[in-house]
Amino acid sequence: MVEFSLWDIVSNLLLAARWTLVLSLIAFVGGGLVGLALLVARTTHNRSLQQAVAVYVQVFQGTPLLMQLFLAYFGMAMLGVETSAWTAAAVALTLYSSAFLAEIWHGCVKSIGKGQWEAAQSLALNFGEQLRYVIFPQAARIAVAPTVGFLVQVVKGTALASVIGFVELTKAGTMITNATFKPFVVYSCVAVLYFLICYPISLYARSLEGRFHVQR
Amino acid sequence: MSNANASTAAVAITGLRKSYGNNEVLKGIDLNVQPGEVIAIIGKSGSGKSTLLRCINGLETFQHGSLTVQGQPLVYDDPAAMRTLRQQVGMIFQSFNLFPHLTVGKNIQLAPGLVKQLPAAETEATARRLLARVGLAEKFDAFPDQLSGGQQQRVAIARALAMSPGILLCDEITSALDPELVGEVLAVVESLAQEGMTLLMVTHEMNFARKVSDRVVFMHQGLVHEQGAPAELFANPKTSELQQFLSSLH
Repeated sequence: MVEFSLWDIVSNLLLAARWTLVLSLIAFVGGGLVGLALLVARTTHNRSLQQAVAVYVQVFQGTPLLMQLFLAYFGMAMLGVETSAWTAAAVALTLYSSAFLAEIWHGCVKSIGKGQWEAAQSLALNFGEQLRYVIFPQAARIAVAPTVGFLVQVVKGTALASVIGFVELTKAGTMITNATFKPFVVYSCVAVLYFLICYPISLYARSLEGRFHVQR
Repeated sequence: MSNANASTAAVAITGLRKSYGNNEVLKGIDLNVQPGEVIAIIGKSGSGKSTLLRCINGLETFQHGSLTVQGQPLVYDDPAAMRTLRQQVGMIFQSFNLFPHLTVGKNIQLAPGLVKQLPAAETEATARRLLARVGLAEKFDAFPDQLSGGQQQRVAIARALAMSPGILLCDEITSALDPELVGEVLAVVESLAQEGMTLLMVTHEMNFARKVSDRVVFMHQGLVHEQGAPAELFANPKTSELQQFLSSLH
């Protein structure tokens, strides 16, 4: 029987951790862009747009991410779209993140006083300018901490992509366990790697929060 | 007011009605404001005076009646028309509403740069000139929260003036100020009045209204109840409601 050293385990996990990072990044950037569009739609005075976004957010917040991954993977195949685990995971996580980010950011926008909107309107700024130059810069400062905090959720959420066969950190852990028969060692290493990814993000969130409190 | 006056009026309001749900707050307002006229709107809280002011630049929508600003009717659902109208009508708020994330200078430069597309050098020169005019030349790089209430309100006036509006709406602009800061703000408004700016101000400063305005409009229960020259109106109030209101102030 082949003996696996700890380094064998860790080095293979590290290789797989790259895909956790890439998937997180895609989900976060994609989710951020879609979330921003949702936020703008929700901030307009158009009732049906607002309601459509509210429904979208509720659907993604009210169903497990695991189901969303299954639906993206098998559903897209049923629609005749050839999907790899990659695409399905990226799409599902992007949509999931966009719903949460839109909700987080909407709360931040709502916390900006009505007087700011009115002042901007009185100065003849159009809706886009009101958002871009007056409301969003103020909301962004409030949004930094919860947004980066949510990034931690996304990183951990990518673990679920393992169920559709996407080889990231968790899936690699399972595969290595099957070869080494050392589940405790392997999953401990997996947990440590997740922590090493997430902890710096949390620290960064905290430092950002501090910085924005000093600046205006 | 005759129709001839209405066509040249800075603001012409006819039969304006506004309700929130079943609660009618403006019950048919007729008011013409001539260019250069200074109007003080007085009345109890809840009489609809702030709402009327906010209708003039479209911050509030109304259900019936018409409102024209410099001959142009107000159309809510036409963003381009609203943009044109709001360049003509500046507004100053009770709570200042300066943009806290921008310096004083940028607060003033923002709208002229975006809306009028003026170059930064020009908007900066204008901002510095207006700041000097309201006595805050040295505050160009300060942030709003580093200023006193009176200073913030003077910046807000400079910000409104930077769009060179023909009409300025002042919504209880000294009500949120400490008493000792009221004078500095009113002095700026008075100088604007003397320069011929068309002013509509909702105010509780009766002495100021008496001194500066050309006409005082007393609002009561959503209607213009009585109006006239300040000397006449304050000395000889004709309606019992105005008599009551004036005596309640002392």
